[in-house]
Amino acid sequence: MRETRGAIFATALVLAMAAGCGGSRDTAKAPAEETAGAPEGAVWKPAGDEGTVTGKVSFKGTAPKYRAISMDADTVCAAKHKSPVHPETVVVNGNGSLRNVFVYVKSGLEGKNFAVPDQPVELDQEGCIYKPHVLGMQARQNIKVVTSDDTTHNIHPLPKVNREWNVSQPPGADPIIRSFTRPEATIPVKCNQHPWMRAYIHVVSHPFYAVTGEDGTFKLEGLPPGDYEIEAVHEEYGASTQKVSLAAKGTASADFSFSPTQARRPSSLITLPALVLGCCGDR
Amino acid sequence: MAFSLGVFFWLMAIITVAIFLGRVWWMPELASVHGAAIDQQLILTLAIAGIAFFLAQLGLGYLIWRYRGRGEGRADYWHENPKMEVGWTVATAVVFLGLAIQGNRIWTQYVLAAPPADALTVEVTGQQFAWNVRYAGPDGRFGRTDPRLIRDADANFLGLDPKDPAGNDDIMTQNIMAVPVNRPVRVLLKTKDVTHSFFVPQFRVKQDAVPGLAITTHFTATKTGEYEIACAELCGMQHYKMRGRLLVMTDAEYQAWLKQRASL
Repeated sequence: MRETRGAIFATALVLAMAAGCGGSRDTAKAPAEETAGAPEGAVWKPAGDEGTVTGKVSFKGTAPKYRAISMDADTVCAAKHKSPVHPETVVVNGNGSLRNVFVYVKSGLEGKNFAVPDQPVELDQEGCIYKPHVLGMQARQNIKVVTSDDTTHNIHPLPKVNREWNVSQPPGADPIIRSFTRPEATIPVKCNQHPWMRAYIHVVSHPFYAVTGEDGTFKLEGLPPGDYEIEAVHEEYGASTQKVSLAAKGTASADFSFSPTQARRPSSLITLPALVLGCCGDR
Repeated sequence: MAFSLGVFFWLMAIITVAIFLGRVWWMPELASVHGAAIDQQLILTLAIAGIAFFLAQLGLGYLIWRYRGRGEGRADYWHENPKMEVGWTVATAVVFLGLAIQGNRIWTQYVLAAPPADALTVEVTGQQFAWNVRYAGPDGRFGRTDPRLIRDADANFLGLDPKDPAGNDDIMTQNIMAVPVNRPVRVLLKTKDVTHSFFVPQFRVKQDAVPGLAITTHFTATKTGEYEIACAELCGMQHYKMRGRLLVMTDAEYQAWLKQRASL
């Protein structure tokens, strides 16, 4: 009788432990996170009366000077560059405009659900530099991380709202395919192997965004007519907002200006789409 | 059977000693001044321990064979010889104490002695997973640093304050350090995150970098060439990749290297 009781107790203990071990925190939360940023209702479709918002981001003041990156930290990195490489934190173009500014529709699209593109955005690592330096993408769109270097990289995004991940990628490795399920501004991406490597990913809930390039201009095409707030976000100088009214098949402009002396204002990208999509909660 | 076991111990002793005498797996080639005394101490310790080991194994093999079982009943159990026990205990203590005194003398001569006044000072700061190397530049003064100014993305790995003019000519590299041959070098060792350990095997230099402390170590390189700076303290996932290059150059080459670095 005593042996029978012991066997029953032991079996119950094993079953209880198995149940406890099976329900890890991450595993339990994964399904909820997968659907947290998913839009509800019909997917928005163009009506044919869409317009375009264009603009330019200018820079006033003296751009900071950076020391050259000591690429000898990894001889593979150094071999890929014939001239000194400088940080891309503040890059002022020849025409006085500011490069690598993320511009997107901050408000005016509430209640609309946008299809997630099938094609992934791509982040390359070439010469131990992330290319592009600033990247926009939609929530739940895939990001494909590739490497063109013969050295091991370590891709480590540091989101505050989405799930953090940290994956090594040796030379010749398959691309890393991931996604961010929730809108989030300015996710820094670092390489644990090469400390100077930095990229910034901006995750939004719609396809209306752009990143300024060598001429400092941007163009947001295919926007439905309406009143919008357009926000420009820079990794060093923060965010700046403009209001525009877009008529049917019309165009509107929104120019921005950043200066080293202005107070840094953080982007509101984290909170606004949270209201739209009902996401982000208390994380 | 007993003979085979005895032979086994003799062979093991002979092969082991041969490996050491033949320097099959030996230390990397010495390339620093102070390392000679460290090597001598290590070799002396190995020689004393090696002789004791060799004689003990020979004796063990002989006794196994000499007093093997011959089917003559139970073996006698013999115990206690205070004179012999005191004898080998005292002999061992004397040998160990002597080695410790000698080793301590060499260690203090290297670790506690200040580097010469004309030593070249190089600041080395560990971080996960790289060595940051800084030279004071022509003014001979290091610029002020502030942890709040550290921006890896801007290549300001040490938080150099741009408002301090002393830092304008500071030369900073990552994972590459150059020193002139035959000149004393004082390494000011720091870390900006976890504990690392600055290890140059050919120089017989190994010193921990401890968060919050600036620790000095020093050496004088005696041979030009390229050496590896390893991290000898497990410091994280990519610890194995935390490797720097130490270039020992002639003084003219070193000055040219500094000039080239300053121009970047």
